[in-house]
Amino acid sequence: MHRAHWRETLTDVTRRKLKVATTSLAGCFGCHMSLLDIDERLFPLLERIEFDRSPLTDIKHCGPCDIGIIEGGICNAENVHVLREFRANCKILVAMGACAVTGGLPAQRNHLDLGLCLQEVYLTDPGVAHGMIPNDPELPLPLDKVHPLHEVVKIDYFIPGCPPSADAIWKFLTDLIEGRTPKLGHGLIHYD
Amino acid sequence: MSTLPLETAAHPEQLRRVVIEPLSRVEGHGKVTLLLDEDGHVQQARLHIVEFRAFEKFIQGRPYWEVPVMVQRLCGICPVSHHLAACKALDQVVGATTLTPTAEKIRRLMHYGQILQSHALHFFHLSSPDLLFGFGSDVARRNIVGVAAAYPDIARQGVLLRRYGQEVVRHTAGKRIHGTGSVPGGVNKSLTAAERDELQKDIYQMVAWSRDAVRLVRQLFEQDLETYRGFGTFAARTLSLVRADGAMDLYHGGLRAQHADGGTIFDHVDYDHYWDQISEEVKAWSYMKFPYLRVLGHEDGWYRVGPLTRVTRCDFIPTPLADRERREFMAFDDGRAAQSTLGFHWARMIEMLHAAEAIKDLLHDGDLLGTDLMTGGKRQARGVGVIEAPRGTLIHHYRVDENDQVVRANLIVSTTHNNHAMNVAIREVARKYLDGRTLTEGLLNHIEVAVRAFDPCLSCATHAVGRMPLSVQLLDADGAVADSMVRG
Repeated sequence: MHRAHWRETLTDVTRRKLKVATTSLAGCFGCHMSLLDIDERLFPLLERIEFDRSPLTDIKHCGPCDIGIIEGGICNAENVHVLREFRANCKILVAMGACAVTGGLPAQRNHLDLGLCLQEVYLTDPGVAHGMIPNDPELPLPLDKVHPLHEVVKIDYFIPGCPPSADAIWKFLTDLIEGRTPKLGHGLIHYD
Repeated sequence: MSTLPLETAAHPEQLRRVVIEPLSRVEGHGKVTLLLDEDGHVQQARLHIVEFRAFEKFIQGRPYWEVPVMVQRLCGICPVSHHLAACKALDQVVGATTLTPTAEKIRRLMHYGQILQSHALHFFHLSSPDLLFGFGSDVARRNIVGVAAAYPDIARQGVLLRRYGQEVVRHTAGKRIHGTGSVPGGVNKSLTAAERDELQKDIYQMVAWSRDAVRLVRQLFEQDLETYRGFGTFAARTLSLVRADGAMDLYHGGLRAQHADGGTIFDHVDYDHYWDQISEEVKAWSYMKFPYLRVLGHEDGWYRVGPLTRVTRCDFIPTPLADRERREFMAFDDGRAAQSTLGFHWARMIEMLHAAEAIKDLLHDGDLLGTDLMTGGKRQARGVGVIEAPRGTLIHHYRVDENDQVVRANLIVSTTHNNHAMNVAIREVARKYLDGRTLTEGLLNHIEVAVRAFDPCLSCATHAVGRMPLSVQLLDADGAVADSMVRG
């Protein structure tokens, strides 16, 4: 499950709060909801970590962090930029959940021709008025296929599940924070 | 090209661009762009939905019974909404025109559990920092961690309200997120007596805390009435489901559309032919479509959905505490709170109270322990399912062939209905708070406060696909080309 020697990177920071950044790329936020499903364990967790960029804060760019947690795969150019920003700033980068690990359900579109989809949704759908394909420069360029994170950057840990359970996320984080090798036992690893 | 105020600047190339990206403390991917002239006057403001997906396409060819489990992956905050809307549509396909009492009540319990958890999440975890600390307050503490430090009781109640709602979902759907409890024609489990007893234990506390949350929003209004009354406020037509007797019903009903003054556009319309009422417009700058009421046309037919609409446009709420709060809300400030964009928060907490009361009533209904879970009938080729999701009216529509494969799907999700309304709200705020001023982080957060009031689910809203007439290469970690695309 792990690929990095985290001991060296975390030993010198055990006396301060660990900085944790999180983001959702081509995901549904379900993994972030599962993180919040640790319920009132959130409060003791906040004694040990502080959030950097995250959907829970208004920090818009990832700064130097101890741990980066990413939900969702890569479906457009903006996802790639954000993923690289996280990799450049986070000592440990974690792929959280099925989409980050494999592309997940959104990768079901990988066998479809994007152009034909677009025509159908925005041009020929009978319920649509003024059909056109959105093409404003403000919209990020979609990729032909949805990719898992490790195809673009090095990933240190993978947590499977759709979503991983709150208990799995809790076990993983507390192991990491306490300086143990994160280990999810039989009951906490699942691939639904 | 639209002539709507501040939607499109006359000469965008001469203007300064300011971007708020990513929108934070909302679910999904969006950004706001502002174009300003040299004096800092706002000439254009747009909320862009920047992600695209292809759910409607890639479920084609899948067996219909997979659909309720697949489509809920649109959204991890309100998966139950998609799970149930899909099942309601597919109930029609399997000929289950009337569910067994146990099945319908288990589904309703699941739905009210989700309303409770989603509304608690939105108010406490995402929005309360703006309301408790101020829209322009220090960015470092303007989050749930800051709330936990300054108002530990409020944060704790929020976390425990959400937990309770998630536990209701777990007991009915099998999992807190992306469960499997509802199936076309019914449900696959009811409650055991032990599960019911466990949920009964805490429900009275949840009702009490929900009531406190309604009062908290009222206090916030009272403390700064001038701001709350006018912030991002605009007159809007509305759309919602209502029960046959006019009551709020979040699980089932007919479509009610009203003018801003409350006059009827249509009422108690069967949603089975929703396309006779609603059409969608495409704009080049957003992957999210812009729905409108056909009878009024695309320029004038936009409308607003969600808690503020449901609470103010139902005739009554069928649980006593929530209905009392509804009447106080409607009367407050001569009815102006019920028209205000920040009134969304007040209405949302009233709905959370309603959900808690409805859960309490259901937990005392013996049908929850029943064993008659499934029904069926004459097979149909198509089905439409509509539900009031936490964020508003949600429409699922499927066509299924004789091999049980889905051949067509159309989804109009809650946040999409609010697309135009959210754009109007940010333009109001831009005009009133940002125009001609030096833009600080705190001022820009005012735009996000307006967006957050709607509790948008931008992941839900991006189920369709889009493209850009450009080319790109995706390089892997070693610099090799992993994917490329050339279009246009």
